[in-house]
Formats: sequence, structure tokens, C-alpha cells
Amino acid sequence: MKFRDYYEVMGVPRSASDDEIKRAYRRLARKYHPDVSKEPDAEDRFKEVGEAYEVLKDSEKRTAYDELGSRWKEGQEFSPPPQWDFHSQGDQDPRAFSDFFEQLFGQARGAQTSSVSRKGHNRQAEIAITLEEAFSGTTRSLSLEQVEYDKSGRPQRKQRQINVKIPAGVTEGRQIRLAGQGDPGINGGPSGDLFLRVRMMPHRHFKLDGKDVSLELPITPWEAALGTTVRVATLQGDVDLRIPKGSQSGQRLRLKGKGIPGEKPGAQQVILKIVTPAPETQAQEDLYRRMAEIMPMNPRLDNEEQL
Amino acid sequence: MSKRESFSCMVLDENLRLTLREVCVVCGVEETHVVKMVEEGIAEPVDPAAGGWEFSGIAVARIRTARRLQRDLHVNLAGAALALDLLDEIGRLGKLHE
Repeated sequence: MKFRDYYEVMGVPRSASDDEIKRAYRRLARKYHPDVSKEPDAEDRFKEVGEAYEVLKDSEKRTAYDELGSRWKEGQEFSPPPQWDFHSQGDQDPRAFSDFFEQLFGQARGAQTSSVSRKGHNRQAEIAITLEEAFSGTTRSLSLEQVEYDKSGRPQRKQRQINVKIPAGVTEGRQIRLAGQGDPGINGGPSGDLFLRVRMMPHRHFKLDGKDVSLELPITPWEAALGTTVRVATLQGDVDLRIPKGSQSGQRLRLKGKGIPGEKPGAQQVILKIVTPAPETQAQEDLYRRMAEIMPMNPRLDNEEQL
Repeated sequence: MSKRESFSCMVLDENLRLTLREVCVVCGVEETHVVKMVEEGIAEPVDPAAGGWEFSGIAVARIRTARRLQRDLHVNLAGAALALDLLDEIGRLGKLHE
């Protein structure tokens, strides 16, 4: 077990006043709140900060912690001294704190005698899924760490594997609720819930916007000018797409119902990108020159009017 | 080896419909609190004029987030509403930026 320097976590000196600690907590909580923060490790940092505050805001816990404190450094191998005997008063928040916290402060005085039943805490996690999985649904195996209480009220960590069936049609940022899969209830209360937040993994070809997918389709100038039919990949397999005569680069063609499924299924946008071949032979160069003669045009006409 | 259980889940999306009572269970809030959130514009029932309110999964997710912001950051309802609106705006701008 590693020692945790709660002062370092909070970024305050050991001499910090209660007010300074509170201010530091509020600031860090805003910075790392998982609903607000874009920091990649926000969830873990938020928990760390919450745990540090749980100790430093409570004068009894802080005094006990300070008595240990100066002898260890953050991350150092640690076990509680044999004479350690801390029982926290009253209602302890049994959120999943670190083993370090549980060893020092996990033993709540009166927890066993209290008969108030309470729902267990909800748990949050992130689940990264591919576009293909969002399209057709998937079953995922999740490993959950759950806190359970033994007879003396001490929390125990247990690993549990569950399979979660994720239906087709989920999109970025959606929340999925698994009832009763959070922390167990207190004194016979119901278990908390597990909430999974969906994160879509980037795809090598398709881009995602809500339920719509988009795909860039490279075509030649003559395919754009004369019109043609090309094979295009969709999430449901290849389809024939008609490129109308006189198409332009950047033009969007819409394939209805080929996006992420749902009550209102998304569409697939095909964005045309004209790729102009560089002339490599004299004959090719002559061809470009003849095009310039036969069909002169000024594509910057609009720009010039604006200048 | 522990045995593996399978679970179906509830996706909080635009198709989901929950009654006021169900919202309270999912979000762990009192009915009066949901009413206050509706008044603050945090979440809207699908048909505000209907007798029994129903909420979409999107509204439920907003209520849950507002609840968490209130509890963890000690902001009031108006503050939570502002944070939610700004988060939506950040999401929208992020998409434009891609």
C-alpha cells in the first residue's frame, strides 16, 4: 500500500487553514468534476481530491493524519503503525476511496449499530465503442470493482465480471444505466446503479455527428463533370451511388437511413472531393491546355466581386 | 472463476420515456426537486401541458448531471442550469471545430 500525501493532492501547505483547504477543494472539484472536465483522468483526480478533502476537512481525521504525516512521502510503501486506532464518528461516506484511506479511516464507530438503511452509491464509468458496434449493438464484458461490507462493517474490494448488452443506436455522450450494479446498499438498502458514459472511438473512414455519419469520396474531374455511378462503403455494406453530371468538390450527397439506427435513423453524408491528376506527359499537358482553350472559366468571379 | 451475469440496460436517449416517479428513482431526487428543475429550465417534460409528466432520456441525463453538480460543487439550481447550458455550447462548438 502506498502512502498518499493529501496536502500534495490538494496543493496546499501543511499549515493551511480550514478555509484555505476548502477553497482549494472547491477549485479542484470544479476543475476535475467528471461532468464538466475535459481532462482525460478527471474521474480519478476528482476521487483523489474528494478523498483528500474527506480527511483534511475533518479536524479529528486531520490531526490523526498529521501525526503520521511528516514521516512518509507520497507514493512511499506504507502500512499503518501498530498503535493506530482511529474510529470515525457518526455517518461515514462509504464512497470507494483508496485502500490507504480505508486502512486508516475505514473503521466507522457506530456503523454497525446504526440501522438506517440507505441505497448504495451509484458508480460511473466510461465505455468506448466503435462505430460498427454503435450501428449493430454489442455485448461487452465489464470488470467491476465493488465494495462490500464484512460483518464488522469494514469495506472489502471484490472484482466482478458482468456482460452488458448495448443496443444498436447509441451515440457519443449518451448515458447507459445498469440498475442495481453500483455499490451495495447499507443495512439492507437497495444497491446503487452503474452509469456508463458512451465514448465513440474514431473510425478510419467515417466521421460521426450525432446519428449522421459522413464519408469523403475522392472522384476524378471527369467523373464529376460527366456523372457516373460508384461503389460507396456504408455501415450496412457497399451501395451504388449516382454522382450527378456537373458535380462540384465539397458537394454533399445524402444517403437516407444509412447512419446510426434509431427511431429517427441518421443519414450518411458523402462529401465529394475532386482529385485532379498532375500532367505527367506532354500529351496530358496538351490536353489541359486544350481544356483551357475550349472551356475557359474564372472560378474566382465571386471573390473578385467581393474585393 | 466467478460466474458471469448478463444485463440489459437502459439507454438515456431521445426515445426513452420516463414518468416523474421513474425519474425520481433513476436520479435519486424528490419530486419537488424535479419540479424546481423544470421551473429553472434544466429539463423539460415531453408535453408540459399533459397531466402526468413524462421525460425523455436526454432530460433525465440533464437532471442527473444537475444533481451531481449541485451535490459535488455546491452550486445552486441557477448555477447548475448555467453550467449545463455552457456544457451544451462547448459540445456544439467542439463539433464545429472538427
